[in-house]
Amino acid sequence: MIDIISELSTKFETELSNIKNSEELENIRVSYLGKKGSVTAAMKEMGKLSVEEKKEFGQKINILKNSVADKIAAKKEELAALELQREIDKVPEFDISLPEQFDQGSYHPITLVQRQCETIFKSMGFTVEDYSEVVTDYECFESVNIPKYHPARDMQDTYYLENGQLLKSQTTAAQNAIYKKYRKQLIEDGTPIKAIFPGRCFRNEATDACHENTFFQMEGVMVGKDISISNLIYFMKTMLSEVFRRDIKVRLRPGFFPFVEPGFELDINCLNCGGKGCPSCKHSGWLELCPCGMVHPKVLEEGGIDPEKYTGFAFGLGLTRLAMMKYGIKDIRDLNSGNLNSLAQFTDDEQ
Amino acid sequence: MFISMNWISDFVDLSGLDKMDLIAKFSLSTAEVENDIFHKGEDLSGVVVAEIKSVEEHPESKKLHLLKVDAGDGKLTDVVCGAPNVRVGMKTAFAKVGAQIGDITIAPRPLAGFDSFGMCCSEKEIGISDNNDGIMDILEDVANGTDIKDLYEIDDIIFEVDNKSLTNRPDLWGHYGIAREFATIAKRPLKELPTIDLSQYDNLEKIDLKIEDELCQRYSSIKVENVEKNVAPMNMRIRLYYCGMRGINLLTDLTNYLMLEMGQPMHAFDSRKVGKIRIKRFDKPFTFTTLDGVERNIDENTLMICNDNTPVAIAGIMGGLDSEIVDDTTTLTLESATFNAASIRKSAVRLAHRTDASARYEKSLDPEMTTVAIARFMKLLLEIDPGVKVVSALTDEYAFHYPKVALDFDKAFVDKYTGIQITNEHIVDTLTALGFGVTQDGDNFHVDVPSYRATKDISLKADIIEEITRIYGYDNFELSTTTAPLYPVRMAEDKNVEDRIKDILVKRFRIHEVHSYVWQYADEYKKLGMEVEDNIKLANSTNPNIETLRNSIIPTQLCQVNYNTGYATDFGIFEVGHVVEGIKADGLCDEKKKLCITLFSKTKSLETLYLELRDMIAEVVDDIRHKPLTYKKLEAKHSYEHPKNLNAIVLDETVIGKLGVAHPLVSKKIDKKASIVFAEIDIESLANIVAEPIKYVEPSKYPSIEVDLSFVAEKFSEINDTIKESAESILRKVGVADIYNDGNSKSITVRLLFGDDERTLTHEEVQTVVDKIIEKLKTKGINLKA
Repeated sequence: MIDIISELSTKFETELSNIKNSEELENIRVSYLGKKGSVTAAMKEMGKLSVEEKKEFGQKINILKNSVADKIAAKKEELAALELQREIDKVPEFDISLPEQFDQGSYHPITLVQRQCETIFKSMGFTVEDYSEVVTDYECFESVNIPKYHPARDMQDTYYLENGQLLKSQTTAAQNAIYKKYRKQLIEDGTPIKAIFPGRCFRNEATDACHENTFFQMEGVMVGKDISISNLIYFMKTMLSEVFRRDIKVRLRPGFFPFVEPGFELDINCLNCGGKGCPSCKHSGWLELCPCGMVHPKVLEEGGIDPEKYTGFAFGLGLTRLAMMKYGIKDIRDLNSGNLNSLAQFTDDEQ
Repeated sequence: MFISMNWISDFVDLSGLDKMDLIAKFSLSTAEVENDIFHKGEDLSGVVVAEIKSVEEHPESKKLHLLKVDAGDGKLTDVVCGAPNVRVGMKTAFAKVGAQIGDITIAPRPLAGFDSFGMCCSEKEIGISDNNDGIMDILEDVANGTDIKDLYEIDDIIFEVDNKSLTNRPDLWGHYGIAREFATIAKRPLKELPTIDLSQYDNLEKIDLKIEDELCQRYSSIKVENVEKNVAPMNMRIRLYYCGMRGINLLTDLTNYLMLEMGQPMHAFDSRKVGKIRIKRFDKPFTFTTLDGVERNIDENTLMICNDNTPVAIAGIMGGLDSEIVDDTTTLTLESATFNAASIRKSAVRLAHRTDASARYEKSLDPEMTTVAIARFMKLLLEIDPGVKVVSALTDEYAFHYPKVALDFDKAFVDKYTGIQITNEHIVDTLTALGFGVTQDGDNFHVDVPSYRATKDISLKADIIEEITRIYGYDNFELSTTTAPLYPVRMAEDKNVEDRIKDILVKRFRIHEVHSYVWQYADEYKKLGMEVEDNIKLANSTNPNIETLRNSIIPTQLCQVNYNTGYATDFGIFEVGHVVEGIKADGLCDEKKKLCITLFSKTKSLETLYLELRDMIAEVVDDIRHKPLTYKKLEAKHSYEHPKNLNAIVLDETVIGKLGVAHPLVSKKIDKKASIVFAEIDIESLANIVAEPIKYVEPSKYPSIEVDLSFVAEKFSEINDTIKESAESILRKVGVADIYNDGNSKSITVRLLFGDDERTLTHEEVQTVVDKIIEKLKTKGINLKA
């Protein structure tokens, strides 16, 4: 009987060494230690032995049983470690250097610049007004102090329509309607009119890299009691510093625009050279940016606002020009081209 | 307009002041100065007056001469010269060895075998005229060796004022007006314009002169005889040249000089051709040859200067060829007049001939200037040619007077408008320097506006503010923020809707925003086989391609898709833009703001793409209005619409837009295989729909049961409508799990979701409802798939 033990031991060792996975290990465990396993069977045979033989056999078979159990447990751990490693090895190291692939939507660059401006103005309590593109002669000219035969009409080649209306040549065309919309609030509650009105404008001219017949402007007005030139300069400086996200120096020169008095051309220190002079500012250190001024008394009057009681300022920003400056767009025609190779680049910009 | 600082200095003493600084201040206080400022004479030195003492022909050259000149340095200098006009005794401009002319330094050099020690110069070579016909012929009696710059005003600073910035300032179209600004800026007195007293001729006979048309405001004239000189003095010609004009002859140069000095255009007629001056329009069109030799068509709106009934000049624009000053003219009739500004402007546009004179007249010149200009002209003419004889009295018809403008204001008004404190002293000094008559009573001011500012420029108190502040200097303003009551700011709803739509389309659906034009591009439409549809037209388009406004963005976008077919296999574009849907009852355009989306795909079927776009719109609307859409089949009416797949988009029973597949003919032209679908939504209609509030529903604690059923049917709505009619409360949702189409028959697998908030449903009760639904569908001819 004792021989059986050594036979079993030798057989077990051989079989264990050939084990490849936990399934085979389980089979071995069952075949030795299971209810019908060979170790269990040998132990059952023990009853047939004499007391002395029993003692010796009992000790040895127990040692064998424990040894088999221990070795199986050890093998199990070993196999688990191997399998985990295999699981890990199954996944290769990924190639993070591959080009990224994603398809973003995009905003029109004018939308981005317009939104940046709107955000700034909204934060200063301005409403954003929308306006039509087809307007009347009254809206575009008469109501803003540009009567018929006024030389200022020469400066703008306007697209007229068959019915006598026109495609607005300037966002100023919205001023009169805005005064009429908010005058009650101004007069009854004393709340100043603060509004911006971005919009598409049209000029009947030949197009090239610098000229477009369709472009965007954004006009703003603030009308209230005691609004002064000092306020205007302060406001333009603050607003433009926000737009360009840096401290901007502004300079005002007299400028003639029929809807303002006094009227100004506003220059800012050149963004490229900071004012030292460079080719982009023609070595003057300044860039002409936008017209502005105190709303002309006749324009206020036409909007139902008494110019003796109220004053205000107005300004016009060329959104198209701002977008071109900001993004370095060289050909203005790209903006209306619908060409996605150019436009799809404007995925988003900080607001 | 070019301005000479020497000329300005005739009228205001600027000595000791930095002229460049003054010009910069002028640009900030008055009118824009262009960047390039010219320092005339800067690159010229060492040129002196020299006398030609001997002239010898060059032995081998027909052109060259060998000269000996006396340059005042006590010796004769050998010069080889090619000019044709050399003669002994002639004084000329001589660049000595070492002289600087532009980039050239004069050095001794051999010329055709002879050494030459200097160069005799033409006017062009020293930069004072275009004349390069020969070397300068200096007629003045000056010592040899005199520096040419001491003889003539060659050193000058010339700057250009942007004409656009002078549109509202008729007074700044001449040097004297500009000098007034410099005097004010520099705080130096403005000198009076030297003139002669014309009343000395009052007893002479008047010119036969009559204004017969209201378009002529004032016409002043004087007649002179015995003009002997023919050439204007060099200094006068230098100024004209520096300011961009060519010297022609004395009388023409003088009228030009007066125009550049005072801003008053003048015209000199040969008195032999003009005896009976009449200013009028003609009833019928005719042709007229102007002094530039061009025959022009004159219509009945154009004001003419006539010799009785014979036109001799187009008023305010240009004189006629027949009456112009010629070389043998010795008697001239001088015109100094003002005309209706708008009329001159329109005539110049009509004739397509804008002149220096018309550019000034259209700014509304001050009629007070006409006689002053004659007095100034006579002063200069008599100085240059003392033999000239005045043979008429000043004849002056003054038909139209501008009203005198006087304004009253107080310091409080100035303070309020400026937001800063400007002293009474500054107010008075500035306005006085600018020529206003100012009366001050404490803080109250009464101001008489000078005639040259009262033709249109200044009529309101606000205009006075500009005068005070521009001289005060905007850089000197203390800045302050506003004080105003607080109030909530509300944004217009359609603007909100527009912004949110853009965000959803870009961020969620990853499509691209584009911009386009509001008209129908005829040639682009034609390429795709789309018709330019009848709509309101531009009245003055210069491009035959862009005559008609668009009534929809869809065709615009199909054109844009067409440019982009190479961009990607799949892409989408959108725009929020405007269209005009014809004319309303009040005669005005019916303008609408639309959202248009077009999708293009080479990988998806038309149906997939069509439903994708439908879902995109449903999602946008669900996002901003929390309401479901329905669709209604539409009949195609446009060349780009697919006859079968076109649906109206309906929200709350309002049609807010349409959804369609591109017509195969158009689609094939863009890409033979691609699927193209579009949608257009009216922003206002969408914005007007009130959003459904979010209604929170407590989730059921009991499990739900899903049942899938496959029916043979063409459209989901056929099944869905019937199921909904059964209105069983435990039926929570009807969806589509699968669609099968083997070409012969189509089946749709619907997924029914059952549930209850109070209890767990039994399979039996669910089965009862399912059976009922199947039964009901059977009655409508829809059967379970076998």
